[in-house]
Parts: sequence; C-alpha cells; structure tokens
Amino acid sequence: MDHFARLGLPAALDLEPASLDRAYFALQRQWHPDRFVARPPDERARASTEAAALNDAYRTLKDPLSRAVYLAELRGVELPGDGKTIDDPDLLMEAMETREALHEAASPDAVDALAGQAKRQAQAALEELTDLFLHEDKPAIRKTLLRLRYFDKFAEEARARRMNLERSRA
Amino acid sequence: MTLLEIHEPGETPLPHAGEGSLAVGIDLGTTNSVVAIARDGKPAALHDEAGRALVPSVVAYPASGGVLVGDEARLLMAQEPRNVVASVKRLMGRGAADLHAVAGVLPYEIEPGSGQTDMVKLRIGGKARSPVEISAEILKALRARAEAALEKPVERAVITVPAYFDDAARTATRDAARVAGLEVLRLVNEPTAAALAYGLDKGSEGLYAVYDLGGGTFDFSLLRLEKGVFQVLATGGDTALGGDDFDRAVAERLLGERKRDGIGDQVDEAAVKTALALGRQMKEQLSDRDQTSGRLEIAGVPSFHSLTRAEFEVMIAGYIARTLDIARNVLVDADVKPADVQGVVLVGGSTRVPLARARVAGMIGKPALTDIDPDEVVALGAALQAESLTGGGDTLLLDVTPLSLGLETMGGIVEKVVPRNTPIPVQLAQDFTTYQDGQTAMAIHVVQGEREMVADCRSLARFELLGIPPMTAGAARIRVSFAVDADGLLTVSAEERTTGVAQRIEVKPSYGLSHDDMADMLYDSLDNAEADMMQRLLTEARVEAKRSLLALDSALAKDGALLNAEERAAIDAGRASLEGAMAGDSRDEINATAEALEMLSKPFAERRMDRGIREALSGLSVKELESRVGE
Repeated sequence: MDHFARLGLPAALDLEPASLDRAYFALQRQWHPDRFVARPPDERARASTEAAALNDAYRTLKDPLSRAVYLAELRGVELPGDGKTIDDPDLLMEAMETREALHEAASPDAVDALAGQAKRQAQAALEELTDLFLHEDKPAIRKTLLRLRYFDKFAEEARARRMNLERSRA
Repeated sequence: MTLLEIHEPGETPLPHAGEGSLAVGIDLGTTNSVVAIARDGKPAALHDEAGRALVPSVVAYPASGGVLVGDEARLLMAQEPRNVVASVKRLMGRGAADLHAVAGVLPYEIEPGSGQTDMVKLRIGGKARSPVEISAEILKALRARAEAALEKPVERAVITVPAYFDDAARTATRDAARVAGLEVLRLVNEPTAAALAYGLDKGSEGLYAVYDLGGGTFDFSLLRLEKGVFQVLATGGDTALGGDDFDRAVAERLLGERKRDGIGDQVDEAAVKTALALGRQMKEQLSDRDQTSGRLEIAGVPSFHSLTRAEFEVMIAGYIARTLDIARNVLVDADVKPADVQGVVLVGGSTRVPLARARVAGMIGKPALTDIDPDEVVALGAALQAESLTGGGDTLLLDVTPLSLGLETMGGIVEKVVPRNTPIPVQLAQDFTTYQDGQTAMAIHVVQGEREMVADCRSLARFELLGIPPMTAGAARIRVSFAVDADGLLTVSAEERTTGVAQRIEVKPSYGLSHDDMADMLYDSLDNAEADMMQRLLTEARVEAKRSLLALDSALAKDGALLNAEERAAIDAGRASLEGAMAGDSRDEINATAEALEMLSKPFAERRMDRGIREALSGLSVKELESRVGE
C-alpha cells in the first residue's frame, strides 16, 4: 500500500496540510499502541506495525519536498541517492555561486536575505512541479526535484551559518 | 453463618483486594520524585502523612542496616555521607565512557563497569550498587506510598523520563521499575506529560512549548495541541544540565570563601555534601529574596557567607544561556518562530529561579505559564496517561525520537537511519553492502546522536552478521532495520537479501545491565519479597475491614431499631476498636477485631434476615403460600 492510500488520500502533489493531519490523527486514534496496552501480544504487535507505517506515511507526505520525491518515485522517475553529487551543470554553477555568497555573508541579516531568496526560488520550483506532474514530464520532474533538494540543503547551511554568526556576536 | 454480600445492580461495589490493581503516574526525578493518580480525568499527587508530595530522590544504606528513601535518607547525608546517594538519575545507563560527563558533579566513588559497555556502579555503604537498583529503591518507596494512600495494591505505572534520555537510560529506567515490582505501562517523556496535564486542564489548542529544567536534566519540547491530540513536533535537551549545577556553583563559592579566609582547609566528601546542601538552600531563598546569608559548619568550624541575587545570576547565566540555545534550535527544527508559540509551560523546580523565568518569557515574548505546581505537573500528566491507558481515554499522545539513530560505516562515519524528531513508533530500514571481495561477515555498530563521527556519538550496541555468502565487494545487500517502540526503546535487526538466505539477528541494546546484574537485583528484591508481601497483606486486611465497616454502617442506618441500647453500645465499641486496629500496622490485630465485631453483630444480622423474610411473606394469602410451598 502506498503512503497516500494508507492515509486514504488521493496521490497528488498538492495536499491540504489540514486534511493530511485529519486523516493521520483519525487513523492513529485507531492504531496507536496506547490503545492496545491491555490487548494480547499479537494485537499489540499489529498495532505497532500499523502505527509505524502511518508515521512513515505522514512524515513522507508532510514535507512538500519529500512528498514530491516520493510521488516522483511512484511515477517511475529515478533520482540519484540523497547526498550524491549534482549532475546538472547549470545547477552546479548556481550552487557554487550562492554558497560562496553565504560564506561571505557577515551578518545574520545578510544570511536571511540569501535564505529568503532561495526560499522564493524553491517555492516557484514547487509550483512548476505540479504542472510537470500533470504532463508526466519525467526528465523535467527529475531536474526540478534535484534543484529543490539543493535549495533544501542550502536552507540548512544558511541556518547553521546564521547560528554561528549569532554565537560569535554574543 | 456469614452471609455473602451482593451489591445493588448498577451500584459500584467496594473495591475487592483481588481485583485489578491501580495504575499510577510516577515522575522519577533527579532531585525529587512524585507519585500521582488520576480518577475521572482529575489527577492528584499522593502525599505522605505530613502532607508532602515530593519525595527527595535520595537513598541511604545506613550503617545500622536497611534502606531509607526520601527525607529520612537526606537527614543521614551529613552523618554518613558514604552511605547516601542523591541525583542517581544522572548515572542511569551511563558507562565508563561517559564518566567525563558527570566527573566532579557527583561526590561518590564511581566504579567503571567490568567492560566499556557496562553501567557504572557506585560504592555505597561498602557495596558496589548500580544506579538501577538505587533507583528501584526510590520506586519501591513511591509504590508503598501509593498503596498506603489508596489502600490497594499498585502494580502498574506510567513512568516519565527526560525526553532527551537515550536508549540506555530508558532501558535502565524500565529495569529499575521491574526490580521494584512495577509493570511499566508506558515510558512518557516529561515535557509531554506536563503538556498533557496543562492541555487537559485548560482545554488549550495551538502551539505550546515546554521548558523543563529539573535538578539534573533539561528538556525543551514543542507541541501542537488540537482536540485531544498532543503532537510533539520537536524536542531537544541536555541530560547533564540542571539545578544541581546551580547548587554546585554556590557550593564552590562557599568553599572558596572559606579557603580564602583560611577557615578550615579540610575539604572531604562530607564537607562537599554540607556545602552543597547550604548552596541549595541559599539558591532557593534567592528565588524570592534579593539577598541571603548562610552558616557553613565543617568539622566543627563555622563560617558565614552572604550572596545577592545579582551575584547568583552571574554565576548561573552560562547555564541559562545554554538552555535558551537548545530551545531556539528546537524551534528551528520545527520551523516555528518564537512569536508563533502561544504559551510556554514551566516545569521542574529549577524554573523557580527568576532568571530562568525572565529569559524564557523574553524569548517567547509572553509570560510563562506556571498555574500548575512545576514540581508536580509531570507526575500529574503521567497519572492522566496511566488512567487513559488503563481506562481507554480519548487523548492521543504522539511523541518523537529525541536523537538520531544510525550505523557506523567505513571510516567511522555515522549513517543516520532514523532522524531525530521522527514520530514513534517507527520502523525504518536501510541497505548496506560489503567493502571487500569475499567478505562473509559484517560488524554492525548502532549509535545514537547528532554528530557525524562515531566517536562523538553514543554507542548503543554492536553485533556481527555472519554467514554472508562470498561475493564481490558491493554486491551484497544487507538490510538493517531499526524499530523504535512507543516507549522510545530500540530494536535492531539485519539480514542479507540477495541470496534469500535469511540471516536475522535481533538486538536489544542492553547497555544498561548485564543479565547477571539483572539476576542479582532480582534476587535482592526476593530478599525483600517477604517485607513486600507483608505490606500487601496488611493493605488487603485494611481494605477488607473497611468494607465490613461500610456494610455494617448501612445496615445500622436502615435497621438500627432492631437493636436495644445495650446491644447497640456493644457494636459501637467493637466498631471503634476495629477502627483503632486499622490505624495500626498489625494485620493480625485488624483481622482479630474484625472477627470480634462480626460475632457481636451476628444476632443483629440474624434479626435483619428474619425481618426480611417476614416482609417478603407478608401480604401473601394462605393459598399463595401453599402454592409456593408446593413448588
């Protein structure tokens, strides 16, 4: 059973966060091990497995990027493993430039500006994805997902940089 | 003839001793512990005769023999420092490799376990004792308190642990409960329990943070509350940071002042413990005063000290700043801005320190919530969860893993399999492969922590997967599965998948205890089994006596007119002596007076029965009576 089916949701990129939460909470009410404390061991084991599967589904679908990656895999798009080197020369160039800018950013505000810009680009890429999924344009989906993955990494690096700057000021 | 009582349909019968035991909530704290019970969604901490809810988490093994827990144990600290243990929670699940984390904090002789992965032991009262068995003594005392207060056996509990407790410390806590004869219904994270107590009490919805600064641990959790759902979004903390550090800072200053003034240069264990006690006292006084003073007497030599709140705040500012760093990281993890947090709940006695309150309120931009006693709120939440688990409540607690779990790969690098803040229970797997041609075994090393290198993470377990068929390097597919249950406890298994030959090993990281240790402790608890059993029988006798008193009272209220004044006076006297016996500790006395009262009231019972029969028969015609007889 795929994660969408497990939560009783249509397999689509745009997913209302509130409806995801609702479906997840309702099923956890049914399967969470806390409901099975006084039940026989086999029922407890089953509940634990079901609850774990629900958690996996929820975690995968909650974050827009991991949802998009998962949906792409369901549609047969092959992505390189996480953390592999970037194989798109344009993206590689862009990444090198922004990382250098981040490295040179000397204040939390400068970091925020870079992070904000990356966030807007990521948002735009996510919106493009909806269309690409509609047309099942696999090469474009792959390319866009790699870009999104890079933005995600960049956001993390920006957070770390910001924290370092704040700490050295304090 | 003794008549058996059957209760009215629809009425709740009095509790029967053999009936299911009660489930309590226990906050097993570094400094203090609390036991609580919830009934119909209303939690209450259980007090001792003096009305105190807090049991100091102090255990003494006095030279005269026996074990003392709580205030009595603390009193012994100055006289027999080597026989008294406090803050043992800091050592739960800790091995020799962690000693640097607590070195200098605890004034005990600490013995490393026999291997690197064995838990440390403390040399107390001339015997090496593990933190598990010392914690079990605290749990036994809490259990006895609950049984005395509730007059029923207590065998099941929800026990809270710091959210940031790692797998070894959680396992150690569960083992301690087992040694104390308690079945753990669930290990619940302390901040989550506190949120439960608050959320249910206030009907709050939205994003709430819990800032939990206890005696020895700090936790910060962010939760979303929505219609009975308590969803933990992110959590973080430090298991070696708390109010004990404040005490130590003050104690060091006091001892430093004595040294400076050339007063008594003797600084032994007893001196340190005395200084720590005064340090704690001065710290507590500074919560509602700007300045305090104290007298420290070591080896008969007194010295006088004063401390202002401002000076104290300088001394602890670094610790408070560290808690705020952790709190900010948790908010970042959850992608939440401080202003979006609707309220922050303060938990733990150390949040009484005004500087902590002020800084937390400053970060969130709103005053912190302190409506529920910060010392009791965790136990109250645990009690609510215990009731919910045994009675089928409607609340749903969705908690997360506090620390990432992973495996060591080539070069000592950690590959994370379960990231931190993953909702539990969780079952995740990852494939690994061989490094060398013809490799037939694989060393699996399970670690916990956020760092990239194995050396910086906590080692949980090592095992070897054997019998991999020889293949070229990189051809094998070894799937390693991690399962974390709702208690936050981990199980790891591994199998080789290409050959279809199932090679499967289940590993329960048992960093806490070796099987021999566990066996020893269970034997020790058998030594005390007789005392435990006597306590239980006494409780049962009291419950039984209470039941017959209530039955007698209701009979007297209804049919008291059947007795003449003399008979009535005899029954009242018998009743009074049973009540007297119930207040005492002799089971035989309770049983004997209960039997005497039953003899005294026997004629009364017979008269009631005769009257009952006459009433049943009155109003019936002779014919009806005859037909009945003929039946």
